[in-house]
Amino acid sequence: MDVKDIIKEENLVYKKSEVLTDNVMHYCPGCTHGVVHKVIAEVIEEKDIQDKTIGVSPVGCSVLAYNYIDIDWHEAAHGRAPAVATAVSRLMPDKYVFTYQGDGDLASIGSAEILHACNRGENIVVVFINNGIYGMTGGQMAPTTLPGMATSTSPFGRDVKLAGNPLKMTEIVAGLPGTCFVTRQSAETAGAVRKLKKAIRKGFDNAGEHKGTSFIEVVSTCASGWKMAPDAANEWMKDNMFPYYEKGTLKDE
Amino acid sequence: MKGNEAIAEAAIRYGVDGYFGYPITPQSEVIETLMARKPWEETGMVVLQAESELAAANMLYGGAACGKRVMTSSSSPGISLKLEAISYMAGAELPALIVNVVRGGPGLGTIQPAQSDYFQATKGGGHGDYQLIVLAPNSVQEMADFVEDGLDLAFKYRNPSMILTDGMIGQMMEKVELKDFKTRLTEEEIIEKYGDWATTGKTKNRDKIVATSLELQSELQEKFNHKLQDKYREIEANEVRYETTMVDDAEYLLVAYGSSSRICMKAVEMARDKGIKVGLLRPITLYPFPNKELNSLADQVKGMLSVEMSAGQMVQDIKLAVNGKIPVEHFGRFGGIIPSPEEIVNALEEKIIKG
Repeated sequence: MDVKDIIKEENLVYKKSEVLTDNVMHYCPGCTHGVVHKVIAEVIEEKDIQDKTIGVSPVGCSVLAYNYIDIDWHEAAHGRAPAVATAVSRLMPDKYVFTYQGDGDLASIGSAEILHACNRGENIVVVFINNGIYGMTGGQMAPTTLPGMATSTSPFGRDVKLAGNPLKMTEIVAGLPGTCFVTRQSAETAGAVRKLKKAIRKGFDNAGEHKGTSFIEVVSTCASGWKMAPDAANEWMKDNMFPYYEKGTLKDE
Repeated sequence: MKGNEAIAEAAIRYGVDGYFGYPITPQSEVIETLMARKPWEETGMVVLQAESELAAANMLYGGAACGKRVMTSSSSPGISLKLEAISYMAGAELPALIVNVVRGGPGLGTIQPAQSDYFQATKGGGHGDYQLIVLAPNSVQEMADFVEDGLDLAFKYRNPSMILTDGMIGQMMEKVELKDFKTRLTEEEIIEKYGDWATTGKTKNRDKIVATSLELQSELQEKFNHKLQDKYREIEANEVRYETTMVDDAEYLLVAYGSSSRICMKAVEMARDKGIKVGLLRPITLYPFPNKELNSLADQVKGMLSVEMSAGQMVQDIKLAVNGKIPVEHFGRFGGIIPSPEEIVNALEEKIIKG
């Protein structure tokens, strides 16, 4: 049997979302950015809102997210995506506006912007990738780096006396009246990805209903930054990240 | 009305889509006037008090990329914070209007008027090789008019523009003639006019649009910078604005913009009463700068005095324009002190005529 005999409409069980471009992703092996991009693209396609969706990409590994999801994008300055998204959403209230931010971007340099956007209840979806490290700049300590975790700027492990404790942004924004949906998910197994997709779908549904800010944290690995093989990174995440960053939905109004 | 109020009123009438601000003296009347006027009920204009100048300027970036007419205002320390997004907007070729009601610096400085942000405004201000189009009003009327001119130029060249004014013009009250209301552009009109760059949502019939200033390949970044430089040369060729007073028979020239130019008008009168043939050139655009005009006036006058409420910033551009043909000196009061016309005439006599 030839390959061409197999590639037939009736045999089709899965198709790449039309909202994903054909560009080859620059992410490292084992990284889940690609999975999260795919899930967002699928939600946009299923909701048929490609022409109404504006993405705001961050500074960090996903700075080039705009190369992969086929929608209009704004590339924001480091940490400022919620401010950029605020203006887009206010000036074009019928659009679906989302930010895609890493932990350095959202929890450190952009902590003011995210808190105030959530507090104002901006009608946006925030996808927050938390892998506890600065990936793009080469593995430095992030505000979400776990105590004792070694990075290039905490080579002997994060010393909480020196650097403070890791920030739980999801718990913080859940306490703000502007957020309508706050959840913490992951993307390391098929089951987790399905749950993540449901959460992202809910976020976009909320935006369509003008319910306020939806905040979706995705606890993630950084195999390169953690200096582990992808499977070992997943195990390390389950053993160390999940106990500190507990998965689940904190708020759903 | 006050200069700051004129800015707010002109913005509503011009059909500005969004204003994003943060309070700082001496320009808080801009956002206060807007909040009291509630333009969202009248024209649909969005007015938002951001959590910081950083956020306000990044909101500007977001709005500008959508093809909307957006503006912000601040004063010196706040502008320093806004420069992050201003550089990004120049890099992403986005139009927006920024108003700087300058106060004395450096640092927190004083809340009194100054012109000490000339370098910051006319040399780009933030990081990277870029320019802002800089308009310097010297009356409340021009505060209102330059909202329109600033946004028109910003859209013409897809480049941020700035109104560089100061606490004196921001706070002073004069009569002003306001223009009629213009309707804001609809999304269809934005797509028709700016469809090649405005992020209004990717439709099937076009490629995605990305508002970005990121280019990881240095060859392409250099190429883009050449494109920006070509644009700046075009702006320099087409958009220079200035005003002259009594220069026809002038033997000496005062050069001053904004508040200082108002004081210099009186100084010209007083000097003429004393028999000194002096004229005044007021640059209206600080970038592009009236280089050619100053250079040709250097063939006529014996010396030029730059009068600024700073330690001497524009004087450097005048010297470059004149290129050593005649003596160019600076006289300034700063830190929030406004010079008197008498001081200016004395400085002209001491530094230029005797010197």
